[in-house]
Amino acid sequence: MLQIIAFYLFAALVIASGAMTIFSRNPVHSVLWLILAFFNAAGLMVLLGAEFIAMLLVIVYVGAVAVLFMFVVMMLNIDFAELRAGFMKNAPLGVVIALVLVCELVLGLGAYRAGIIELGTPSGEVLLGETNIAQIGELLYGRYLFLFESAGIILLVAMIGAIVLTHREQRSPRGHQNIAKQNARRPDEATELKQPGVGQGVEL
Amino acid sequence: MIGIEHYIVVSSILFVLGVLGIFLNRKNIIVILMAIELILLSVNINLVAFSAFLGDLTGQIFAMFVLTVAAGEAAIGLAILVIYFRSRGTIAVDDVNRMKG
Repeated sequence: MLQIIAFYLFAALVIASGAMTIFSRNPVHSVLWLILAFFNAAGLMVLLGAEFIAMLLVIVYVGAVAVLFMFVVMMLNIDFAELRAGFMKNAPLGVVIALVLVCELVLGLGAYRAGIIELGTPSGEVLLGETNIAQIGELLYGRYLFLFESAGIILLVAMIGAIVLTHREQRSPRGHQNIAKQNARRPDEATELKQPGVGQGVEL
Repeated sequence: MIGIEHYIVVSSILFVLGVLGIFLNRKNIIVILMAIELILLSVNINLVAFSAFLGDLTGQIFAMFVLTVAAGEAAIGLAILVIYFRSRGTIAVDDVNRMKG
């Protein structure tokens, strides 16, 4: 019973906050609604018994992606009112396409209900008596090791790409610091010892 | 009892909301990127639901890879957005004609 209540709560909240994400006027509010949607989706995944993915969703999406969105929205000084000008003009086409998509998805679900479509059969062996994260680790570092490593490469490329794209050369008014030149400088060429006589001073 | 249909309905509604968001906010590329995140979230819900109801963990592994791609896509997309804003002073994607394509 509690599970059913929790499912409907999470499902209603994820849909409502998803709708608010795309309809809200202020993009900062959009990001906050998106975070709420991610939290409720994580709740749905906990209900399904996928704790690891749920925690990953909270950590990666809420902790990294949503904060990145928030950072960009707040960093750029954008006139959002001007960007909303075409909102009503585009609405009819968007609603029609959304309705067509919903009809197609409902049709597919109806076909499943009527028994025309069958669900797939599980291919992997289910390890009983282990926690979700232990099973995922078993698969991820075993059968899907190369996929896992290529996912790491994708993240590395994305990181380097983002840095290369947004990096700007510093143009300071005091000129540039040449570190190689600094390191190549030796004491003999930089300093000179003099022994001035009494009362004569030093010529430079 | 909650069956797999319930989860599929939720994820398809979320998917359609994401597509609708792309159409409605056609000028604001930040909200377009957020709508794409919503779409990928719905795909993740779908994969995890099938994985749980079929007793096959492969779906959860793939949900992780979808998560990876979503994170990379958000980072690159926002980086492109930032450099576009620096050079043009606006993010209206309607008149992106830098490359004269």
